[in-house]
Amino acid sequence: MRLIDNIATWLDQRLKLGATIRETAEHPVPRESASWFYVFGSAALTVFVLQLVTGILLALIYVPSAGEAWNSLQVLNHQITLGWFIRALHGWGSDFMLALVLIHMVQVFLFGAYKFPRELTWIMGVFLLLVTLGMAFTGQVLRFDQDAYWGLGIGASISSRVPVLGPLIVNLLLGGPIIGGATLSRFFALHVFVIPGLLIAFVSIHLLLVLKMGINDWPMPGRIVRRATYLQQYHELTQKQGVPFVPQAIWKDAMVSGFVLLSIAACAVIYGPFGPGGQPDPTIIQTAPRPDFFFLWVYASLSYLPPSAETPILLIVPAIGILGLLALPFVAGEGEKHWKRRPIAVLSVLLIAVALGTLTHLGEYTPWSPVMDAWSSQPIPAEYLMGRTALERRGALVFQAKQCHNCHSLDGQGGQRGPALDRVAVRLTLDQLIRQVIQGGGNMPAYGKNLTPAETNALVAFLETLHPAGQSPAHDASRDAALGTPAVESALPRQ
Amino acid sequence: MTPHDEAAEQRKQSTSGLSEAGISRRVMLFQLALLFNGLAAAILAVPILGYILSPAIREKKIGYESWLSLGELEKFPAGQTRLATYRNPVVTPLDGQTADIPCWVRNIDGQKFQVFAINCAHLGCPVRWFPKSGLFLCPCHGGAYYEDGSRASGPPLRGLFEYPHKIQDGVLFIKAGELPTPGQAANRVQGRPTCA
Repeated sequence: MRLIDNIATWLDQRLKLGATIRETAEHPVPRESASWFYVFGSAALTVFVLQLVTGILLALIYVPSAGEAWNSLQVLNHQITLGWFIRALHGWGSDFMLALVLIHMVQVFLFGAYKFPRELTWIMGVFLLLVTLGMAFTGQVLRFDQDAYWGLGIGASISSRVPVLGPLIVNLLLGGPIIGGATLSRFFALHVFVIPGLLIAFVSIHLLLVLKMGINDWPMPGRIVRRATYLQQYHELTQKQGVPFVPQAIWKDAMVSGFVLLSIAACAVIYGPFGPGGQPDPTIIQTAPRPDFFFLWVYASLSYLPPSAETPILLIVPAIGILGLLALPFVAGEGEKHWKRRPIAVLSVLLIAVALGTLTHLGEYTPWSPVMDAWSSQPIPAEYLMGRTALERRGALVFQAKQCHNCHSLDGQGGQRGPALDRVAVRLTLDQLIRQVIQGGGNMPAYGKNLTPAETNALVAFLETLHPAGQSPAHDASRDAALGTPAVESALPRQ
Repeated sequence: MTPHDEAAEQRKQSTSGLSEAGISRRVMLFQLALLFNGLAAAILAVPILGYILSPAIREKKIGYESWLSLGELEKFPAGQTRLATYRNPVVTPLDGQTADIPCWVRNIDGQKFQVFAINCAHLGCPVRWFPKSGLFLCPCHGGAYYEDGSRASGPPLRGLFEYPHKIQDGVLFIKAGELPTPGQAANRVQGRPTCA
């Protein structure tokens, strides 16, 4: 024991850090701020350290070359002892880190911590969110599989839409005119050197500011932040009812960090590493690229935006969003901190959470994507064919052969890009069906050139059978009158 | 500590009574040294920026946008659309599988051809050809194109990207080498729009 003391004294005589460390550890924080709500930032930092360690471990094996990266991931997964576990830790760590950063941000926002004098702390936090997202995107590219390859194409397509500078940005992003070896290498440099460097710098400033400005006091309804009086009030608060950060507050941080680390380890063991998916071979086109979880909402919004508004929204909305976040502490730097007195703040968080949650959920099952093999892998249910005429069955065949099933579902099977057709005969008359098939419209291509009149007849005859048993198909009364055919006959449910 | 503070410190400590001229000379020398380093940084910045920006300075790239063979015409029967592969003209030893790029070749009538990029004009996902329905479908957001590459439906604002092509001695050549994106090479065939 005395030896350790001696070494400590010897070091401190030279480094002269002991006083500073003690002062930092014991700095007073308001009693209520030693709370379970104030642990997410430190948990995110802990996960970042885990990412640094596992990242370095992965770099022992990983080869950042377009020709070798995928193979080196296979080696990690299957040949290196516990390589799969380190990959899984790094992958799940990335998801946990982003989730914690977002939770931390919401907590800080709802507790009014961004207000005077912690504006710069908030701004650094916004930067940290952006670089964490940057780590997630570049990391996804390093898992160099089909999704990564085509994901780069998507990134390039979006970047190319920047006015004037678009092509320049694409070439800089890809390291050349096309996705290749240079592309992966530069994403490796970004993921391993540039962005982590920024992250460490921002985290340092962020932490320094937390120490210098003091941790946010517990918001109370009616306790108003004023630039003129706040510092004095905060000082009195910490003097009167402050507790030393170590150990009064830090034990909760440490508990949660440990819990988070174990959760990541549990996910890693139970669910394993992320991919890699198929080989990054562009000639294998039987693929439906999808981004990782935290970018699914972007993927979903890109399918729902009106095409003509897509580019402006894609380029302008993120810029406005980031500027809004940066401007927040200057716009609302004073006033109430407690969420009960800030209804707009609470509603904004709810709105954003519901929007992102819904888009992410949609992104998980992509109702807008055609099911590319439905025409050959998902048969028409037997009850849709029983008791039908030869012509109608022929129509069912056309329905499959012409890939209608890729976008339209029958009995829940098939694509959801277009409307489900189980009751289409009730919605559209015979003429409307023919027109829709031949001319297309809405989101449907025109099939006029690719259907013979006989095929169209058969297909429409089949579609006319798609109505509930007790409900007659829609029909055009004037046409019935003109042609003299009794409307009821064609409307009667068969069987 | 700024150089001025340093100078002031030295002035205080100085017992030999340095003249004002001597101190300002040191300040001046320090400023000169700063300027000298600035100059060095500026000189170094030129090659560094040149290195970083080199992917974007494309006119000078040899081999960029070259004529590439897709193979003998027999590979592409009349009236059909087939997948073909070309090798990226600016290939490096590091590219691995990514150097082989697919594209769709449409032989209209045995005489006329169209060669489409694999990338959807919306976000670049690989479109697939369905001969029975005569459509290219994109698996990502459901963009659809007719057999002539024109836009049929979905989020793309335009038709498929089309490579310029030529036939020499029974071999089909295309001019390629750049990832087609909506922002650049908006019309790959000069002089006429590739889509309706």
